[in-house]
Formats: sequence, C-alpha cells, structure tokens
Amino acid sequence: MKFSVVVYAAPYSSEAASTALNFTRAVISQGHEIYRLFFFGDGVHNANAMAVVAQDEVNLQEQWDDLIKQHRLDSVVCVSSAVNRGILNQQEANRHDGAAVTLNESSDISGLGQLVDAAIHSDRIINFG
Amino acid sequence: MAEPTSITFISRCAPYGQHKPKLCMDMALAAAVFEQHVSYIFLEDGVFQLLRGQDAGAIHSKTLGNALETLELYGIDKVYVDRESLSRRNLKREDLIIEVEILDRIAIANLLAEADSVFNL
Repeated sequence: MKFSVVVYAAPYSSEAASTALNFTRAVISQGHEIYRLFFFGDGVHNANAMAVVAQDEVNLQEQWDDLIKQHRLDSVVCVSSAVNRGILNQQEANRHDGAAVTLNESSDISGLGQLVDAAIHSDRIINFG
Repeated sequence: MAEPTSITFISRCAPYGQHKPKLCMDMALAAAVFEQHVSYIFLEDGVFQLLRGQDAGAIHSKTLGNALETLELYGIDKVYVDRESLSRRNLKREDLIIEVEILDRIAIANLLAEADSVFNL
C-alpha cells in the first residue's frame, strides 16, 4: 500500500513528530511504500539541519535525515512555512540575500501542490500533529 | 493530473491561538486550485472560526473570518457545520459569517466515509 505522511508538529514540543517518524519506519518495515513525506507549518523544523541536540537525547532531525536518505524517500517541506521559519535551501538562501542554508539536503522545498498530489496518489494519507 | 478525488477537510480548532485553522484552510484552497472535489467541515471549537464580527487587529493577526469568504471564490461550496458543536456553544446559524449546511453527526460520518482522503486539523 502507498502511504504519505504529513507532519504539522515541531520536534520536541509534542510527541507527534516522533510518532510520525516511528510510523514511517513501521510502514517501510512492513513492506509498504512511502509515496511522500510532507512537512507543513511547525513541522518544517523537523528538516532543520542546524539543530544541536544533547548526546543523551534523541536527535529527531538527524533521524528523519537518516531515514530519508537510507530509503531515498521523497521529502518535501512547504515553502511558505519553511521560509518564514528560517528553513532555507541554497536557492531560497540566495534569493534572500545570502542567508544561511538551514534545510537538510535530504528534503526539498516545494508548494502545497505536492501535498495535493500526495493525497491523490496515495492509498492512505496519515496526519501527525 | 489524474481524475479528481474527493478530499474532505475537518477544521476543529478555534481561530486564534494556534496556526492549525490557517493550515487547514491553505490546504483546502490548494486542493481546490488543483481541481479536486473539496468538502470543508467545521467541528468542535472550529465553529468559532465562523463567528460574525471578528477583528484580529488587536492581536496583530489577520482576521480569519474574512478569509472564510475566499472559500466560495475558490469554488469550495460544500461547507458544513456540525449541529452538536454549534448547540453546545450556544451558537445559531445567524451568528455565522458565511452560508453553511448544518449537519448531524451521522451525516458527517457518511461524508467522511465517502471521501477519498480526510485531513483533520
């Protein structure tokens, strides 16, 4: 079955982002397909490359990054949510006067059309947050 | 793009204090732009988004009630409100800023069962 996962929740503020990560792992381990991850609103903080997390704590951003790379998942952060939270890729950083690149390379910045596309093409779309 | 699908949005949070009502509306407008069949349901505290006379200027926010009028402009005409959520908050149809269809819970459950996908925020 094709799943897409939508994350509205920031890491660490609530359990939702962590649950979304575990759910995504479970989907893959059960042999299903992840069509797309979509990070929206505060959820874009899950793709922040600048997070520094104490060694004895779970680094959610790193775990998302590892999972996305390991399984070559399609991972998208919503452009309007990302930019106004300072989550920028190289292109957006250039557009905004050389601001720092803060988005993990494993995720792309795109629009809500990618979310609608995921709703159309996934058998199940699961929301967290 | 493939055949249009039916996407139902449930907006269940009060208009100010968190960003969920705005995210929900942005998703619905995007779905309408991409020509999907959109239904929009206001449930629980979400019905407060529909109140007349909102002015968020005092808290330096955009007034969400005004944005609701854009639903119709985007062709979203299936807008529903849960009857029980209204009555529990002592609200009536005439308190609401836009035209809506008031449904009981069984009708809402049927809408959700018929949808291809549901966003609940």
